[in-house]
Amino acid sequence: MSDDLSVRLDDLSARLKAYEGRPAVLDGHGKDPVNAPMIRHWCEAMGDTNPAYTGPDAIAPPTMLQVWTMGGLSGHEGRSEAYDELLGALDDAGYTSVVATDCEQEYLRALRPGDEITFDSVIESVSGRKTTRLGTGYFVTTRMDVRVGGESAGTHRFRILKYAPANRKRKEPEPELESEPQRSQRPPRPRPVVNRDNAGFWEGVGRHRLLIQRCADCATLRLPWLPGCNACGSPDWDTVEAGGEGVVYSYVVMHHPPFPAFDPPYAVGLIELVEGVRIVSNVIGVPYDKVRIGMPVRLEFVRYDDELQLPVFRASDDAEEVVA
Amino acid sequence: MRVGDGLPPLEIPITRTLVVAGAIASRDYQDVHHDPELAVRRGSPDVFMNILTTNGLVGRYVTDHFGPYAVLRKVAVRLGAPNYPGDTMVLRGTVEAMDGDTAVVRVVGENGIGRHVTGTVTVILGGAS
Repeated sequence: MSDDLSVRLDDLSARLKAYEGRPAVLDGHGKDPVNAPMIRHWCEAMGDTNPAYTGPDAIAPPTMLQVWTMGGLSGHEGRSEAYDELLGALDDAGYTSVVATDCEQEYLRALRPGDEITFDSVIESVSGRKTTRLGTGYFVTTRMDVRVGGESAGTHRFRILKYAPANRKRKEPEPELESEPQRSQRPPRPRPVVNRDNAGFWEGVGRHRLLIQRCADCATLRLPWLPGCNACGSPDWDTVEAGGEGVVYSYVVMHHPPFPAFDPPYAVGLIELVEGVRIVSNVIGVPYDKVRIGMPVRLEFVRYDDELQLPVFRASDDAEEVVA
Repeated sequence: MRVGDGLPPLEIPITRTLVVAGAIASRDYQDVHHDPELAVRRGSPDVFMNILTTNGLVGRYVTDHFGPYAVLRKVAVRLGAPNYPGDTMVLRGTVEAMDGDTAVVRVVGENGIGRHVTGTVTVILGGAS
């Protein structure tokens, strides 16, 4: 279904967005102090004969700012887990190539041979999915602060495009690449606690019926299931089956803490059923950030594994059109 | 030096040596900047210049013009058409703004297939202005 496909693509964008503001490098150290041989190699390559870069009072060419932070052939040190995860998620989704597109540097203090470089870098932004002449992918912008002995020496904003080359055939459908292999390896979702008081509810779920308790004396409906009536105290009850229609009464979007069985961010709704009771469950069928209070939803049962089925709520087609 | 003044163009032949030397001098070992086979596998016809080299060349273009007392404060570049070996890039600059002895120069570098780089350079002209 094309609707499902676009929703799942948005899920990847949403997952990537969650990395904004997280560190890309923490407590980075330049592998070498600023030094004359590296400056000379740079000037030779660039054909830069500026006398400021040679002699006893030499400064490093300011445009070398990033060079002092580079990992070189042996790779980067101090790259954060978040940044590795972000790039890994893009690799897994088929966006394996990388190209730098923008570089903005500000120079606050000249660097001289002997200066020891430290730096931190933050993931400033992750774009939505973009199609360029190279291929389709995502722009990732990082901002690095470069320091010498605690003093700010400059800032370096860097934008890369992580992309799937346009001239190569990518496996379709693309979202399967990022979601399915992970799902099969993912730990199972937690099991519900089933006891004498609520066993009937879970039996109902097993038969794809959402059962609401009804007080046998005052007819007040109650969900979740409880041993007695909150209105009149009566221990007697029977059940009515929910029709399945409801609206989002309230919701939260779970970003953190991560739990291995789940794939944040995702929306958890407090759904008010037309019968008047409320139930907590996932809202599906729209991107997590499109869930809104008052959005009409309809009950569905999703099988998560051999044992576990859960009632969830799908935003109705009408709702999708409204929020698209 | 006035707003609207142009800098004389600088022609830079994009040799394979420049691409590789620039990549290595900037400690950038991405394969697309030195390994033609892998570059092709990644969808590029050949190796291409890395952004740090472009950045360095843009800085050099401005300091070459304003002399050894000029101090770079800011270099911001955006890349477009790649610089492939065998091509020539022509850098051109225009003074876009002046504030005291600080100039903002707009730099454009074009090669045989299009606009490789657009950028702005903020430079303090110092004693040589």
